[in-house]
Amino acid sequence: MRVRVDMTLCQTHAQCVFAAPEVFALDDDDELVYDATPADASWPAVEQAARACPVQAIFLDGD
Amino acid sequence: MRRVAIAGAGLAGLTAAQELRRLGYDGEISMIGAERHRPYRRPPLSKEYLLANDNDNDNDNDNDSDNGVGVALAGIDDLSVTWLLGHPATGLDLVGRRLHRGALPPVPFDALVIATGVRARTLPGAGELRGVVTLRGLDDARALRAALTTRPRVVVAGAGFIGSEVAATLRALDLPVTLVGPGRVPLRRPLGDEVGAIVAGLHRAHGVDLRLGRRVAGVTGTGRVERVHLDDGTALPADLLVVALGAEPETEWLRGCGLRLDRGVVVDRHGLAAPRVAAAGDVARRPSALLGGELVRVEHYGNALEQGAQAARALLGVAAPFDPVPSFWCHLYGHRLQSAGFTGTGYDLRLVTREPDGRFLAEYHRDGRLVGVVTAGFVRRLTTYRQSLTKEYA
Ligand SMILES: Cc1cc2nc3c(=O)[nH]c(=O)nc-3n(C[C@H](O)[C@H](O)[C@H](O)COP(=O)(O)OP(=O)(O)OC[C@H]3O[C@@H](n4cnc5c(N)ncnc54)[C@H](O)[C@@H]3O)c2cc1C
Ligand code: SF4
Repeated sequence: MRVRVDMTLCQTHAQCVFAAPEVFALDDDDELVYDATPADASWPAVEQAARACPVQAIFLDGD
Repeated sequence: MRRVAIAGAGLAGLTAAQELRRLGYDGEISMIGAERHRPYRRPPLSKEYLLANDNDNDNDNDNDSDNGVGVALAGIDDLSVTWLLGHPATGLDLVGRRLHRGALPPVPFDALVIATGVRARTLPGAGELRGVVTLRGLDDARALRAALTTRPRVVVAGAGFIGSEVAATLRALDLPVTLVGPGRVPLRRPLGDEVGAIVAGLHRAHGVDLRLGRRVAGVTGTGRVERVHLDDGTALPADLLVVALGAEPETEWLRGCGLRLDRGVVVDRHGLAAPRVAAAGDVARRPSALLGGELVRVEHYGNALEQGAQAARALLGVAAPFDPVPSFWCHLYGHRLQSAGFTGTGYDLRLVTREPDGRFLAEYHRDGRLVGVVTAGFVRRLTTYRQSLTKEYA
């Protein structure tokens, strides 16, 4: 399963970091960084993160 | 449990339905909505939605799958639910397990989610004058956007989140805007004096005519608004009055049904208002561990998601007590205010950092303990704060 964030849409709302901190984080410049292939155990949190993104920038591809 | 009814087809209701399905519930879900739209995202309505040209791919119609410019929510089409839209729930029979919808057939249920949100407060005595609008739903936003094409002189009543955002958005369209607020500064109640003062500076720098410590007392005009009157006697010429005076929880339809109503539907730490009856989102009032068990009602997007999901878990009996740390964001002139936890005049505000470029970070404390943070620009620090708030009070 894969995560993709459309960085042209991302506005650094950090809602995804709140929902799934093990997958999404901000770097020193407040830019979003993320694990594109998170462990299965993270998946519910990743789904919640995708829903929480205010600009719907997070896309999930099933396995 | 074979029949779940969800009253309120908004973000919290939708999320409850999605979470029920994700957890394997395969019975019926009926979604009862007062609006004729399927759930959509409200935050853009005071922001980019108003900037979009009316003709821009606005293909929304009555039974739309795409609610127009940038307000669609993902995953609605894959959800197998019965949509009962365009009519509000009018009563709840808790014993007979039925939801009433006026003269329409009632909806029977085994379990219920109450997610009817809030409605915008109106201006008492504004009458039926055209050009007086509130902003809660997509239809409101569409009407407001249409009204902007005549390049009106705008007065915004109320300097809270929505009033401040609308003022900022309309300045981006270069419309003349007067913002009227009762506090010493905009956003005083939710953010406190010093942060409100920063916001006041932003408004002024962008040409908003700020009238603070003032209320809108009335409007006059023939057929449509021509003048907006303030409580100090000032009469402002105006073609459009946006009433942004906050919101009231949609609980009238529940009056007398037996649930505890107290400025919202009161729920326990599991999100339940009664056995197999959950409430979620803007309408729900829950005890917050962060505030020592005090009941709170939060009108933020993330809260509707978290409580919507929790409602589903509670109905399926897999809920753990849960204490979401609220957070909001708000766009003002290219600055983004973001929060974690509880903020406002009720807490001790400590401005930790303030940069000349407009970035700042403020902490809110109660009884010496950190309960919230607001920032413009220090987002990573915000995430760290939020994590520690979550850990400490989980
Ligand atoms: C203009 C605007 C901008 C916003 N911007 C932000 C932001 O930047 N950041 C942020 O965090 N939050 C923001 N919010 C708040 C956020 O949108 C709400 O917190 C969220 O929508 C709450 O979801 P909900 O499902 O509880 O309620 P809602 O989304 O309001 O859904 C409730 C639904 O129930 C329906 N309903 C009401 N009564 C009945 C009834 N009796 N029977 C059936 N249906 C009924 C309503 O018509 C509505 O469709 C904004 C809100 C608005 C209006
Ligand atoms: S929630 Fe969305 S906008 Fe915010 S940081 Fe994550 S991907 Fe970007």
